[in-house]
Amino acid sequence: MIAQAPAIAAIGTPRHHYAAFAVMVALAALAQGAFGIYPVFLAKVLCFALFACAFNLLIGFVGLLSFGHAAFWGSAAYASAHAAAKWGLPPELCILFAAFVAAALGAVIGGFAIRRQGIYFAMITLAFAQMIFFIALQAKFTGGEDGLQIPTNYRRIAFGFLNLRDNATLFWFVLGIFLIGFLVIYRVIHSPFGQVLKAIRENQPRAISLGYHVDRYKLVAFVLSAALAGLAGGTKVFVTGSAALTDVNWPMSGEVVLMALLGGMGTIFGPVAGAVVLITIEEFLAERAGAWVSVIQGGIFVLCVLAFRRGIVGELARLLKKPL
Amino acid sequence: MFELLGVSPQALFGQLLLGLINGAFYAMLSLGLAVIFGMLNVVNFAHGALYMTGAFVAWLLLEFLGVGYWPALLIAPLAVAVLGIAIERTMLRWLYKLDHLYGLLLTFGLALIVEGLFRNEYGSSGQPYQIPETLQGGQNLGFMFLPNYRAWVVVASLAICLGTWYTIERTKLGAYLRAATENPALVQAFGINVPRLLTFTYAGGVALAALAGVMAAPMVNVSPQMGSSLIIIVFAVVVIGGMGSILGSIVTGFGLGVIEGLTKVFFPEASNTVIFVIMAIVLLIKPAGLFGRAA
Repeated sequence: MIAQAPAIAAIGTPRHHYAAFAVMVALAALAQGAFGIYPVFLAKVLCFALFACAFNLLIGFVGLLSFGHAAFWGSAAYASAHAAAKWGLPPELCILFAAFVAAALGAVIGGFAIRRQGIYFAMITLAFAQMIFFIALQAKFTGGEDGLQIPTNYRRIAFGFLNLRDNATLFWFVLGIFLIGFLVIYRVIHSPFGQVLKAIRENQPRAISLGYHVDRYKLVAFVLSAALAGLAGGTKVFVTGSAALTDVNWPMSGEVVLMALLGGMGTIFGPVAGAVVLITIEEFLAERAGAWVSVIQGGIFVLCVLAFRRGIVGELARLLKKPL
Repeated sequence: MFELLGVSPQALFGQLLLGLINGAFYAMLSLGLAVIFGMLNVVNFAHGALYMTGAFVAWLLLEFLGVGYWPALLIAPLAVAVLGIAIERTMLRWLYKLDHLYGLLLTFGLALIVEGLFRNEYGSSGQPYQIPETLQGGQNLGFMFLPNYRAWVVVASLAICLGTWYTIERTKLGAYLRAATENPALVQAFGINVPRLLTFTYAGGVALAALAGVMAAPMVNVSPQMGSSLIIIVFAVVVIGGMGSILGSIVTGFGLGVIEGLTKVFFPEASNTVIFVIMAIVLLIKPAGLFGRAA
């Protein structure tokens, strides 16, 4: 089995999860407030962290490797940018609309993909994501090679009072969305529904023989993951100001896989750690050696698979002897 | 000549030929993928990158050593096979006992590295590669103009596919391969060196990809991203055909190429996506793939 997380989860929230959660939020707040790290960069990291958590819900807790999550992230980004630029909706409604679009797309792609298992599931999701890429490339509403920009005269005010032009406000807004998504995932994993998902991951034939409609559970998990990936992608548009073809192309699917792998697949906090490390590396390289980003990503892939399969948080959890 | 739905026969047969050629590449690549998956349980994401490497080796040979197309047809696959042996011996070997997904993740990383290195060295714009002199020009068949090189590619790739089929289904080596796919422990107990067989299989599979790359070089610009766009379509082809049968891979590959070509004539907007649509339909009707065995 791919995930290292223990199959038995305690009922209720263990105390060290509260502690880890508090550390995570405190680190984010401190990074913005005390260390003076550029808030827009932090907001971008949070978007990717939520994206990676959504992806991890599938690979870590259902055992499904989706190699096409860029489709949900990217189409949500386009939906969000479209709603903002063409309809002039306020940011929170744009993001909600984006998550809804991603969920609908997830229901269609997921419905096809769960008909096969294992390695075929990965290939099918990748193929459908490529189809979405070609559609984004040719369709008029995506702006083709140029992508969609949020116009300068757009009123970036969320909920009527949060001015997202202010970088610090933008950061707190994105942190709020990230925490909502993160807690939803946490709740799902630790619910009876989540226990069934883990049972499917551990032994699908047995879950079937116990009378569970395995396909239905997988589909719901897939739609949930797609919707949360869409939530992240839709929010990202207000951080970077645009949706582009790179958001929907296959390297983006690979990137989110790498974040989860590096941070620790099947851990709760791992994808966040993976996203922080990877986006920091990319940001650091972007000015110095941008061309080497994909080579270094590939290198991290190879190293992680060969020698570091538990990932950062997975290794940490092993040292602490506690699931994180 | 006849007119069909307002499409000139030149355009129709031209696209049919292009479709056959694309299909030839789908067939050769999915064949290698299927053989590697059957033996190693690894979905080789690096297949596209190694196909591109094959094309680049041919281009480099011509550019810097003046070695032409015909020797390159032999040298490039050999070079890539050596690379494949190194990959299998140093990396893939350690993953056989793990979940299949790790093989996919590792080879995906390798694909990123190889593609990134070539892009850093030669940029993203393609390098032109001359058609060899002996195959320049073409035949006028009356209803269409047939370039010699394209005819050669269709014939040669068919021969390569059938040769692979023959090797696997009709020779002693192929019998070992098929037996080791079914039950490696038993085959090893009979005194056959299965680890070496695995190395050989991977090297052979990627050499096939490199050979396809050399054959593609004169028709497309040799560029670092020529592999990744192709490999994803080949994945869809593999899902449609199923990886269980060699002849099935060949038929599916050529068939889908032709369908794609015809789509280009009658409904050009959908030509990029038609294979994915077919994949969706096949998943609805026959989830195991046209030639696949139920998992």
